[in-house]
Amino acid sequence: MTMFIVDRRLNPGSKSLENRQRFLRRAKALVQGAVKKTSEGRDIKDVLEGGEVSIPLDGMHEPRFRTEGGTRDRVLPGNKKFVEGDVLPRPNGGGGRGSQAGEGDSEDDFRFVLSRDEFVDLFLDDLELPDLAKRKLAEVESEGLQRAGYSTSGSPANISISRTVQLALARRVALRRPKPQEIAELEAELEGERSEVRRAEILAELEALKAKAKRIPFIDPLDIRYRRFETVPKPVAQAVMFCLMDVSGSMTEHMKDLAKRFYMLLYVFLTRRYRHVEIVFIRHTDHAEEVDEQTFFYGPASGGTMVSSALQAMSDIVRSRFKPSDWNIYAAQASDGDNSLADSPLTGRLLTENILPVSQFFAYLEVGEANGSTFEMPDSSLWTLYQRLRSEGQPLSMRKVSTRSEIFPVFHDLFQRRKNQEKAAS
Amino acid sequence: MTTHERLFEGADWDFRQLQRIHDACEEIAHGELGLDTYPNQIEIITAEQMLDAYSSSGMPLFYKHWSFGKRFAHHETFYRKGLMGLAYEIVINSSPCISYLMEENTATMQTLVIAHAAFGHNHFFKNNYLFRQWTDADGILDYLDFAKGYIAHCEERYGRLAVEITLDAAHALMSHGIDRYPGKKGLDLRAEEKRARERREHEQSMFNDLWRTVPSGPAKTTEILNSERRRALLGLPQENILYFLEKTAPRLHPWQREVLRIVRHIAQYFYPQSQTKVMNEGTATYVHYRIMNRLHEQGRISDGNFIEFLQSHTNVVFQPEFDDQRFSDFNPYALGFAMMQDIERIVTDPDEEDREWFPDIAGSGDVMGTLRQVWANYRDESFISQFLSPKLIRSWRLFHLHDDPAFTEGIKVDAIHDARGYRRIRRELARQYDVGFIDPNIEVVDVDLAGDRRLVLRHTVVKGAQLNETDARRVLQHLADLWTYDVSLVEVDARDKVLKEYVVSPRALAIAA
Repeated sequence: MTMFIVDRRLNPGSKSLENRQRFLRRAKALVQGAVKKTSEGRDIKDVLEGGEVSIPLDGMHEPRFRTEGGTRDRVLPGNKKFVEGDVLPRPNGGGGRGSQAGEGDSEDDFRFVLSRDEFVDLFLDDLELPDLAKRKLAEVESEGLQRAGYSTSGSPANISISRTVQLALARRVALRRPKPQEIAELEAELEGERSEVRRAEILAELEALKAKAKRIPFIDPLDIRYRRFETVPKPVAQAVMFCLMDVSGSMTEHMKDLAKRFYMLLYVFLTRRYRHVEIVFIRHTDHAEEVDEQTFFYGPASGGTMVSSALQAMSDIVRSRFKPSDWNIYAAQASDGDNSLADSPLTGRLLTENILPVSQFFAYLEVGEANGSTFEMPDSSLWTLYQRLRSEGQPLSMRKVSTRSEIFPVFHDLFQRRKNQEKAAS
Repeated sequence: MTTHERLFEGADWDFRQLQRIHDACEEIAHGELGLDTYPNQIEIITAEQMLDAYSSSGMPLFYKHWSFGKRFAHHETFYRKGLMGLAYEIVINSSPCISYLMEENTATMQTLVIAHAAFGHNHFFKNNYLFRQWTDADGILDYLDFAKGYIAHCEERYGRLAVEITLDAAHALMSHGIDRYPGKKGLDLRAEEKRARERREHEQSMFNDLWRTVPSGPAKTTEILNSERRRALLGLPQENILYFLEKTAPRLHPWQREVLRIVRHIAQYFYPQSQTKVMNEGTATYVHYRIMNRLHEQGRISDGNFIEFLQSHTNVVFQPEFDDQRFSDFNPYALGFAMMQDIERIVTDPDEEDREWFPDIAGSGDVMGTLRQVWANYRDESFISQFLSPKLIRSWRLFHLHDDPAFTEGIKVDAIHDARGYRRIRRELARQYDVGFIDPNIEVVDVDLAGDRRLVLRHTVVKGAQLNETDARRVLQHLADLWTYDVSLVEVDARDKVLKEYVVSPRALAIAA
């Protein structure tokens, strides 16, 4: 009988991907809750790692008719000392023995691993991003050239010699252009030939060959090919993200948490667009310093409030480490809005002259207490200042936020601006 | 005895060697054991593909549904944590018979697996009466392909949600979408005429006027006659709930009926497998054991490789005792293999007891003939009740526990491995494998056509085991959604006493519009 061996190892994997996504969609609410809980405990950069989450099995239950209770009979192997008629005490829990172990009735948690993309998608969903925004995340901005086959027209600099010669050869072979070697042989033969009749024959043949060689050129304009290039969108490879935060005593834990989520979101945006993203944390009271993430969010600090110090620090760092031509610069500032009045002019000047011209995006987030309604917050000194700059036409995104779901609209401007640019371009 | 060339050396294998291994196994399986198999197709897969196969019941193609994703996620987590090993192979009851082999297996393991799956299981699939009766090995792959395409098409056309709801409902009723007995074929006119004529002749020849004087019972009322007629027209009582819905649910769309039909067919395809776990694995294990031993005798596998085989074979047929932490239930490989070997012993070397218990086969001498006969004509339940020998009961030290909640003192030991207990133990163990006792006996008994179209189901409670209430309600909810009118289920005991009654109304979001 014939037998076939099939090597399936090279078949495309993840046949279950589709089923898995359906399962996730179905378990969405539950998984989302789990993702939220997991992401709260993570650092900004780690938000993108996938990971294990666990959800209660309950919502995912597949019911079946099954029986329970009643009289049970069971045959077991390995009797040691029982004889017929013995009565064994029931194990604790009364009712019956746990003889149905392994039947899927346990309401335990259902644990499984999410991939990085699944995790991020759910994380973004949690922030109530509109679909448009999610699509924008995937887009790229600058354009580059890429080789794309050959064309019959183009600039002389782009002539592809190898391709042209190749085609010419093919054409010569196809049309049977006499080879120079053949002609040389005939001529040699003519030299040595004595018989007149044969000479005439050879001469005629030579003539014909030469005429044919002339009719069929060695290289014809038809053969010429040019290297073709296409413009393709190309991501600018790197971006730097500045996180500026007021850490004076008036910032509460809740405010810091809001700010952290805001930075996380911006980070996710950027990593989806740029291959390499750096983060610089600058915290400030009445003086600013660059710190690591732990200190940034959890380090103790106290003092007055001078926003200009942070902006100054940022512009210094940009000048020394991140050349605007090589880096896309994004900045996100979070504060409760306090600033000393005397500082305002300097802040405004730094922003308009040093920072905004080199930044892709500058977002300001004014955080409030969880219970405080945003409408009741009086305009703070910083808010008033930024408001004025904005009305002068500076590209600033600003938002007052006191709960998590209000964070996303800050980014609205980012996408809005992009759309306008596209319109202008077309 | 001629010694053969080694099939392989060490642990590595390549495709040429697999071919040689297969041919060597085939020579023994067909030539010496007299097995009759479908053509084989052997596929090499990776661990990830094995996980994929796990989640779709081992089938190479299947329609899409979230529950398979759930199973996949579950297996994957367990596998990654190292809590679960993967099977060495999966084999599919189809023609050609497809065996999936893991790429990580050593050459010895591949030999074992080919002998086990490509010959043991394959022979069983082709010859066992249940598989012959209920499955169509030639058509199953095409059918699955059709099912996958059809369901994808429905999703495109009617929306994923609608299809998902229908499938959820169908899956919930899957265990009650099976024909347990082959259907009656309708007679053609000629046969019917012939039967009527024979009956008439019989009546004439047996005529006796006396019968007329025998009083019959009270005449049936019109109401009873009507309801009997109605039930007969609907084909009630019907235990195949999915079939009943497919044919008679009033407001299902044609595509929904087709989806129910697909789920029903697939459930039916797997029905024999659940009834023959012990036999199927026993057959395959016995076959691989015979083939491997023979290969070793012929010198085709080395002593070292043979010891590797013995080690994994021993693991496969390991049966922990009831008080062992690892014990969960009978290991079908162990029980099946032990019984097959026991039959071999009874056939070749019986003692007095065997002659008394198994007069038909004891000492008949033809091991393979007897086994082939057994493999073809039994399922787990009948196999155990027929062939579990007292000797095996003794060596496994089987005992029977009877747990009656009404008996408050505890659990009674009803029988042990002694002369008084053999038959009882054999009967109880056979029942443990009897689908008639495992699956609750639920039937559609009536539809209130004149009134509110309520569908009436009945669960005949056996040994006091009632339905789990949460689950029952959920399943009935699915059922009501498909039926689109109220559904009621009564649980009655053997004396027709009603123990519990459920009534469920369809949800507002009815599937059928």
